[in-house]
Amino acid sequence: MNIVVCVKQVPDTSDPDTEVHIDGTGRGVDQSKFSFVINDADNYAVEEAILLKEKHGGEVTVVNIGPEAANQVIRMALAKGGDAAIRLDDEKFAFSDVLATARLLQSAVKDGGFDLIMAGCLASDDGYGAVGVTLAQLLGLPHAAMVKTVEVIDDKKLKVGRELEGGLLEMNEIEMPCVLTIQTGGNEPRYASFKGIREASKKEIKVMDLGATGLAEDQVGEAGSCAIMAQYSVPEVGELAEILEGDPGTTSARLAEILKEKGLV
Amino acid sequence: MEFDLNEEQTMFRQMVREFADKEIAPYAEELDGTGEFPYEIQAKMADLGLYGLPIPEEYGGAGADFVTYSIAVEEIGRVSASLSISMAAHTSLGSMPIYLFGTEEQKQRWLVDLAQGRKLGAFGLTEPEAGSDAGATRTTARLAAGEWVINGTKCFITNSGTDITSHVTITAVTGEHGGGKEISNILIPAGTPGFDVAPSYRKMGWHNSDTHELSFTDCRVPEGHLLGERGGGFKAFLKILDCGRIGVAALSVGLAQGCLDESVSYAKSRIQFGQPIGRNQGISFKCADMLVEVELARLATLKAAWLADQGRPYTREAAIAKLFASEAAMRAANSAVQIHGGYGYIEDYPVCRYFRDAKILEIGEGTSEVQRIVLSRMLGL
Ligand SMILES: Cc1cc2nc3c(=O)[nH]c(=O)nc-3n(C[C@H](O)[C@H](O)[C@H](O)COP(=O)(O)OP(=O)(O)OC[C@H]3O[C@@H](n4cnc5c(N)ncnc54)[C@H](O)[C@@H]3O)c2cc1C
Repeated sequence: MNIVVCVKQVPDTSDPDTEVHIDGTGRGVDQSKFSFVINDADNYAVEEAILLKEKHGGEVTVVNIGPEAANQVIRMALAKGGDAAIRLDDEKFAFSDVLATARLLQSAVKDGGFDLIMAGCLASDDGYGAVGVTLAQLLGLPHAAMVKTVEVIDDKKLKVGRELEGGLLEMNEIEMPCVLTIQTGGNEPRYASFKGIREASKKEIKVMDLGATGLAEDQVGEAGSCAIMAQYSVPEVGELAEILEGDPGTTSARLAEILKEKGLV
Repeated sequence: MEFDLNEEQTMFRQMVREFADKEIAPYAEELDGTGEFPYEIQAKMADLGLYGLPIPEEYGGAGADFVTYSIAVEEIGRVSASLSISMAAHTSLGSMPIYLFGTEEQKQRWLVDLAQGRKLGAFGLTEPEAGSDAGATRTTARLAAGEWVINGTKCFITNSGTDITSHVTITAVTGEHGGGKEISNILIPAGTPGFDVAPSYRKMGWHNSDTHELSFTDCRVPEGHLLGERGGGFKAFLKILDCGRIGVAALSVGLAQGCLDESVSYAKSRIQFGQPIGRNQGISFKCADMLVEVELARLATLKAAWLADQGRPYTREAAIAKLFASEAAMRAANSAVQIHGGYGYIEDYPVCRYFRDAKILEIGEGTSEVQRIVLSRMLGL
């Protein structure tokens, strides 16, 4: 089974020191103080891909759109058991929306003869939650979103579990090739071993620029997007908000009072 | 000059840090309270290759360099000194003697399981009457009918009594040579009759590392368990200690970094007199000093490790790193508790454990005084 897994590098928001500031253009955030990690859901997708490979054979190809610095998350996925990697990198790719992003991914995977394409269901930075399913549409493949469990029925079919509201698990059969977007919690992402890390440094990361994708300039980046990001803003502190000040003893007492006054407890 | 880690080392640091934060840190306090050896976490660390980093792949190890090894010891030490020392002592004291001085047969028989972390190794140098003066060993090994017959006592031996301890290499007097003692290293398998392991010590810190007094009473092992040359024991353990000092230095860096991280976050969040305590220079300067010392200790440690990787002498640098880093860690732990005030004295806060774990760093693998003796001699004094 040949699998593609799409991974994105995102700012590490679990780091309490990560403060988000809008940059001078108003269309970006100052990234200079961020540390970067693999997107959480993608980490689960990588694990699922490697588990499937370990059980059923085949190869795992890691695909990313990002600058050279994103090699870090690509190599970590390779260190855990990925076999090959493609990184799409061109300054013309900047400001790609869901559609343009999916087009780029499509160009990287369309001729690979892959049985299964996986992506995280949601990126923690822009939160579109739509790239995987758009990619499926562009490729003309069936898809399942928010997948938590994947089982192989035979070499043509998968049984996938989608976790819905209230923990309900919906089981579906889906024919390969197909696209799955994976949500967190379905497996336990492994840590790369030292040996894996060493082997990863010998694996090639194929870089594709605009020319290599075969796409036209107006199909990528802002030119190729149907949604254009206009501006970021920080919500203003509303009138109804009351910020409690003082030491934890005073503020918690005041909070308890308010909750009681409003009949919330 | 090149101060950057390479890509492999950078990724490795990231991986070990994440592992330490997710798989060790949340359990470290509770574990410390139990005083038990953490077999489950040890096995997970072994799966990642952490128990055989500098051992070549042909003997089951990872084939990593000492810089990589130092990174691992530091990152684990940042959250748990117990797990870090257990891994470091296993590597430098338990495994390296066999790798450095063992015959091919001994390496095949003992090293593979050790390097993969399925077994733990120990090194018994210290005795009740021979601590800093390690050459004063009284334990004897007499050759009789193709066997070494061992009698004596070793104390404070790390990793010597776990369920998965494979052996302890001891130093013993095997005869006389030119009027002096002839000291040799002998490998004693765990469970050999006449080899008794006393119950664990009740230690100030390092609660999850395994430390015992060992006694040998007419304990017999085959003649082939001699490790290295007969009479080569003294020279051998000096070499082993050099490597061990890089480990203790790296652990000290990790512990000091842990103190710094906890202190900074506490100094930002603790409000007294209407503002975070970190706004007072009395507190912030302590943190700044800690930062300086952590950085210098790390540089000294990585330099010693780097020299070892180049195959160059590093006795001097290892002594400098061990001395400076361990004392820096003790100072950092002291400041960290002070910054936490009364809370720092309570086990709910990690700095309380860091403080108890720090003191031994100035004692084990050669006390601070012994490092100063080593360095004074190098100055011709
Ligand atoms: C938790 C723990 C784990 C350990 N693990 C191991 C292990 O795995 N293997 C092993 O072999 N040992 C181990 N040790 C032993 C450790 O290495 C010794 O405790 C250490 O070397 C000091 O020896 P000592 O305790 O006998 O102190 P002593 O040598 O009696 O020293 C007492 C004091 O006198 C000072 N002193 C001694 N001689 C001089 C001098 N000439 N000039 C100035 N000052 C001097 C010392 O620095 C020290 O401050 C461990 C110890 C502990 C506590």
